[in-house]
Amino acid sequence: MEFFFEQLINGLAVGGIYALIALGYTMVYGVMRLINFAHGDLFTIGSYLGMTILASYAVAEYLGPFIGVLVLIMMVMILVGIIGVILERVAYRPVRQADRLSAVVSALGASIFFSNLVMLIWGPRFRVYPDDILPRITLNILGLDVPLLRILVLATSLMLMAILYFFVQKTKTGTAIRAVAIDHGASRLMGINVNRIISLVFLIGPSLGGAAGVMIGLYYGQVNFTMGWSYGLKAFIAAVLGGIGNIPGAMLGGLLLGVIEALGAAFISTAWKDGIAFIVLILILIFRPAGLLGERIADKV
Amino acid sequence: MLKHKNTLMVVAFSAAIFSCPFFLNAYWIDVINNVGMYAILALSLNFIVGYTGLFHMGHAAFFAVGAYTAAILNTSYSIPILLLLPVSGAAAALFAYLVARPIIHLRGDYLLIVTIAIVEVVRIALVNNVFGLTGGSNGIFGISRPEIFGFSIRRPHEFFYYIWSFLAVSVFLFHMLEKSRFVRALNYIKNDETAAEGSGVDVAYYKLIAFVLGAFWAGMVGNIFASKMTLISPQSFNFWESVILFVIVILGGSGSIRGVILGAFLIVGLPELFRQFAGARMLIFGAAMVAMMVFRPQGFLPPLPRKYPTHKIKPGDETL
Repeated sequence: MEFFFEQLINGLAVGGIYALIALGYTMVYGVMRLINFAHGDLFTIGSYLGMTILASYAVAEYLGPFIGVLVLIMMVMILVGIIGVILERVAYRPVRQADRLSAVVSALGASIFFSNLVMLIWGPRFRVYPDDILPRITLNILGLDVPLLRILVLATSLMLMAILYFFVQKTKTGTAIRAVAIDHGASRLMGINVNRIISLVFLIGPSLGGAAGVMIGLYYGQVNFTMGWSYGLKAFIAAVLGGIGNIPGAMLGGLLLGVIEALGAAFISTAWKDGIAFIVLILILIFRPAGLLGERIADKV
Repeated sequence: MLKHKNTLMVVAFSAAIFSCPFFLNAYWIDVINNVGMYAILALSLNFIVGYTGLFHMGHAAFFAVGAYTAAILNTSYSIPILLLLPVSGAAAALFAYLVARPIIHLRGDYLLIVTIAIVEVVRIALVNNVFGLTGGSNGIFGISRPEIFGFSIRRPHEFFYYIWSFLAVSVFLFHMLEKSRFVRALNYIKNDETAAEGSGVDVAYYKLIAFVLGAFWAGMVGNIFASKMTLISPQSFNFWESVILFVIVILGGSGSIRGVILGAFLIVGLPELFRQFAGARMLIFGAAMVAMMVFRPQGFLPPLPRKYPTHKIKPGDETL
């Protein structure tokens, strides 16, 4: 039973990270109906940027471990967000009017570009994250041994999700984002600058991905230039699981996928760990074709 | 006039291709062989993505089923690999039918992600050696070479004729099909699914047939691949292969046979020319993909508009 709860908490921590990446996919999909295949690589860039900043500027030494890591995550979020905005301007805005599949290929091209850029800058091997940043303490909660890192990762991702949820639901700009997701033309008539909202979404989505990248680095201790593909794919599955384009759906899908994967690997088979996510996805889409929280939209004739 | 010009182009292109073995060395012949194999695979994917407009990014799964069927039957029962060509196709088609059936109603991006999931599940199943048949991550080795009338095909330029003849036959068949009522129905689904359904096209049925036909062809290429490599392993059938095929179709010109063949040359052949740049090669490749879609979103050679010889139709003719 203890093993079960340990795996549950592990799954929630990883699931929180999945959810952060999934939010980037789902927000971009919401406003542009585009699968941003380069998102996974923006996540990788965030991870490597975090490593470089940690190694060269020693933020953790000046500011103490906790505030240091928070400042680090914020720096990475800003940098990756800027890359995201540039990506949208260069690769996605010109193909917005074209065929949907052209945009998909453009996104795949951007993904290849970024992953090879990371390889050329930081090298093709696994890089080790500095592991003495956060204290390696294990807390004892209700008789369970839980590493502090796990709780911090989960808390940070939940906090970021709460901020995002508040922003999208309660502010005027958030309302504009939701309006653009429903109808570009009507939003424009209501005086919303659609291009600016799309740029904003490309600032928020990738910056959340960048934050997730730093957390993966701290959590697993090593990063690789190809990891964007696998984490990106998992997070995308999480977004689809919750209903793509739906922000609470991405959060739910991410946490759910993390838990299912951790429990599946622990109780069914480790060799099938990566397959479990895909099988769950296929099953859910067969029975709920629009995801868990997605709405079925009838075709307009 | 235009018809003669087209025939001339096809003849000139075929002559140029089939004279390759006389002046290229074995390495470049092998590159051309790979181009040919990817071209056939992309043509089979074109059936699903190009004609029908389905977002299918898991074609490597069907390719894998064909290759593994050939490899298992050849190594365990020593059936000649050439005889297994239709068997590989049929196995892939059956597999496509079984997996596409429950997901065929999914729309656009949902279909895309499920097909990605299928190709990944197939690869993981192959690595984990399901049913103890697939040899795990090492794969299967010792697959025999194809033999025609006692003549064994083994060297690159022999394979060249095998692969490119197969491609020529495929192009001919697909070209014939393009004019058929069947492919017109598929094009209708691509352009407007709701209208197609309203006009009495059984959308789910046609989509399923497109999947099955595409998979049949991909399965046969899997057989050729297995006999060419004599060794197959799960790494050859990953998600990345599916992405390459998908990109060939879209970049070349989705729905256009000439475009898809050109796409195969650009995606598979061209990077070989830039081998000396090693690391930066893929970086430029990615940037070129983006640039291509920004400046020419319809692909290099999009399909020509359909022509209907209306002046030939007399009142009372059967027009369908």
